Amino acid sequence: MDLDLMIKVTPFFVEAAWVTVQISVLSLVLGLAMGALGAWARLGRSRPLRVLGGAYVSLFRGTPCLIQLFVLYFGGPQVGINLDPFTAGVIGLGVNIGAYMTESIRGAILAVERGQTEAARSLGLSRGQAMRRIVLPQAARLMIRPLGVNSVALIKGSALVSTISVVELTYTAQRFIGSTYKPFEMFAIAAVLYMAIIYGAIRCVQWLDARHAID
Amino acid sequence: MSDTMTRPATGGGKATRPMIEVKDAHKSFGAIEVLKGIDLSVERGQIVAIIGPSGSGKSTLLRSINHLESLDRGEIWLDGVQVNAPLTGKAFERHINAVRQRMGMVFQHFNLFPHLTVMENVTLAPRLLQGLSGEAVRARAEKLLDKVGLADKAEAYPSRLSGGQKQRVAIARALAMEPKVMLFDEATSALDPELVDEVNLVMKQLAQEHMTMLIVTHEMRFAGEVADRVLFMDGGVVVEEGPPDRIFTAPKAERTRAFLRKYLRD
Ligand SMILES: Nc1ncnc2c1ncn2[C@@H]1O[C@H](COP(=O)(O)OP(=O)(O)OP(=O)(O)O)[C@@H](O)[C@H]1O
Ligand SMILES: [Mg+2]
Repeated sequence: MDLDLMIKVTPFFVEAAWVTVQISVLSLVLGLAMGALGAWARLGRSRPLRVLGGAYVSLFRGTPCLIQLFVLYFGGPQVGINLDPFTAGVIGLGVNIGAYMTESIRGAILAVERGQTEAARSLGLSRGQAMRRIVLPQAARLMIRPLGVNSVALIKGSALVSTISVVELTYTAQRFIGSTYKPFEMFAIAAVLYMAIIYGAIRCVQWLDARHAID
Repeated sequence: MSDTMTRPATGGGKATRPMIEVKDAHKSFGAIEVLKGIDLSVERGQIVAIIGPSGSGKSTLLRSINHLESLDRGEIWLDGVQVNAPLTGKAFERHINAVRQRMGMVFQHFNLFPHLTVMENVTLAPRLLQGLSGEAVRARAEKLLDKVGLADKAEAYPSRLSGGQKQRVAIARALAMEPKVMLFDEATSALDPELVDEVNLVMKQLAQEHMTMLIVTHEMRFAGEVADRVLFMDGGVVVEEGPPDRIFTAPKAERTRAFLRKYLRD
């Protein structure tokens, strides 16, 4: 193993890891927004919205994320959508993970006992009030773990955006392999940094989980 | 006569109108007709107990009264206001939310809000819906918790309470909206036997205060003690009704006799 080389290139990898963190955080935010919207649509009273929400989930969970990225980044310009790689990466990953988030959020909401809504409604609370005051606070606790799992999957999946030339960890590793011919060392550095990022994410989830532990 | 019983009706009803009136209630789940034309009326300050075998439609009837189930046919009236009014969409939503504020419901499984303290459970609805100051609501809640004997549990979370305590909080929560009627669906069925009395005691206290109550129960002794009238349901119809003495000692229908034989034996 070429330790000297590894030490020399590490600063470039750390910089690339920062891009991976940025792309993950931004697509996580987009994914949560899409997930909230998707769950709202799927659980709502409007049939067209429910169908739309269902179609969103099926489409984005039922096709490879890589293809979704390619359609957006390479196919986009054909229909007048011109995005830089970073933006396309964030949107592609965010909309994809949003489909998984939709199901996690929906599952958590449905897991809150029906009796909770009934008790709230029997007191005279409106649907919205019962949802906001009673169901969502309880569902939020149930969402933390599945959303944590999705977030980890998202960080790993962010390697895919290397294929649309976003200069993040995986792309950087490949680029250095091109000039050094040391794939083992380069991928090892990338792997260690991915582990560090994922470790950080898991700690965040554990912290949230502990903070919202049911009394 | 108490003040409660002579007070003129509000909500547009005539003073002589029953507090709760159910007319020809029909309800099916899929192909099974669970309510087959129920008529029922409860006068102001009256306590009516509903008894009957499992699956006879008692819960469905009670849930229909505050529209947790919607009837296929028939009418429900609360103090001169039609609960299942022929409105649609947002107008019906507003209507039903207002009507439900006038009816307290107590469930078999308590359904306390686990993420809120006892105090918050009791104050949530009046704070949100009655536009009262935090202090006024708190004072009311303290009085109610005192009444159900749980003043010292105000800051506890429901998970720290026994079943009997939970149910007493649930009663206080319903009373906090100052309802005109209280509906109880087997309030003590989920409790350990030694915890039943503390809940029954609270209900008896309400009875003494002339709260209008509709009580679904499997406890014949309790029904006999508090109810002005007992109604026996079987197979989605009211088989017979009358004062508890008569129903329990001289039931007319064979079905009632068979049911009571089974229950009074235990
Ligand atoms: N939401 C529902 N969907 C389908 N069937 C239902 C539903 N709710 C009740 N039922 C059925 O309706 C019938 C009457 O139920 P209900 O709960 O009103 O009976 P009950 O008299 O309260 O019985 P118990 O003494 O066991 O509480 C039962 O056969 C039950 O299975
Ligand atoms: Mg029942």
